[in-house]
Amino acid sequence: MMERVILRVVVKLLAPFILLFALYVQFHGDYGPGGGFQAGVIFGATFVVYALIFGTVTTRRVIPGWVPRWMMVGGLLLYAGTGIAGIVLGGTYLDYSVLARVPTQGQHLGIALIELGVGMTVAGAVTAIFLAFAARER
Amino acid sequence: MVLLVLAVIVQRNLFAVVVLAGVYSFLMATVLVALDAVDVAMTEAAVGAGISTVLFLGALYLTRGDETRPLKRTWTALPVAIGVGGALVYGTLGLPAFSDPAAPIHTHVVPRYLAGAVRETGVPNVVTAVLASYRGYDTLGETTVIFTAAFGVLALIGRRGRRGRRPER
Repeated sequence: MMERVILRVVVKLLAPFILLFALYVQFHGDYGPGGGFQAGVIFGATFVVYALIFGTVTTRRVIPGWVPRWMMVGGLLLYAGTGIAGIVLGGTYLDYSVLARVPTQGQHLGIALIELGVGMTVAGAVTAIFLAFAARER
Repeated sequence: MVLLVLAVIVQRNLFAVVVLAGVYSFLMATVLVALDAVDVAMTEAAVGAGISTVLFLGALYLTRGDETRPLKRTWTALPVAIGVGGALVYGTLGLPAFSDPAAPIHTHVVPRYLAGAVRETGVPNVVTAVLASYRGYDTLGETTVIFTAAFGVLALIGRRGRRGRRPER
């Protein structure tokens, strides 16, 4: 259990910061480089690194197998649902201007929501694929 | 980068190939930064150098680490590859010069996006505005592709990996 102490400690220390950076890329994508896709990959990479060092069994205790799958589903539904919300509120599909009283605020809200959907889907996909790969044995 | 590609071709040890491909992706990311495509550079660094390297290593763990020598060498592949490559290079000769402001890509919808993005969406990053708002359908399609691809992979390798060996708990 005490092997690779440096790696274990470093990953433990870094993991929260990687997650935080992913969230920064996610929600700062409107102003700086980045967005849902990049954030999703970074978010998923945290669990990949964690699984590389601590093994898949420990990682499954951190994030059970159903979580990334439902993240994928939820992200896509959030994206599509944002589009449908535009129809319900009297616009066209994926028209965010009607989501808030001021059109630009509606655009802001819509873009944030769909970027979150993209991010969730990508993060779930990366995590789920890696965990499925790593759980196999020769 | 050319040296890296040649090394990838010559190298028979797949572990080395994977690592070299990761280095190549990182160099590609720096090239994209130099071209002011920061969003793409981030993706390249995270996916090309990070995730796919790890996935390749995972695949290597499941298979063998050395490329097997082909049973018989087929020489038809070489002229085909050279022919296709030559055709592609010939195609690039018809493209407008690099960063030519009169190129069609800069005169079609780009001025409209650049002029209207901040006013219409209130989002300073035009890349995000185009991706999420003007081209929302495309991005929805891309997300669906990722979703479908991931579920395809999970359907192929996910279930057995989970149920076949679950003595831990």
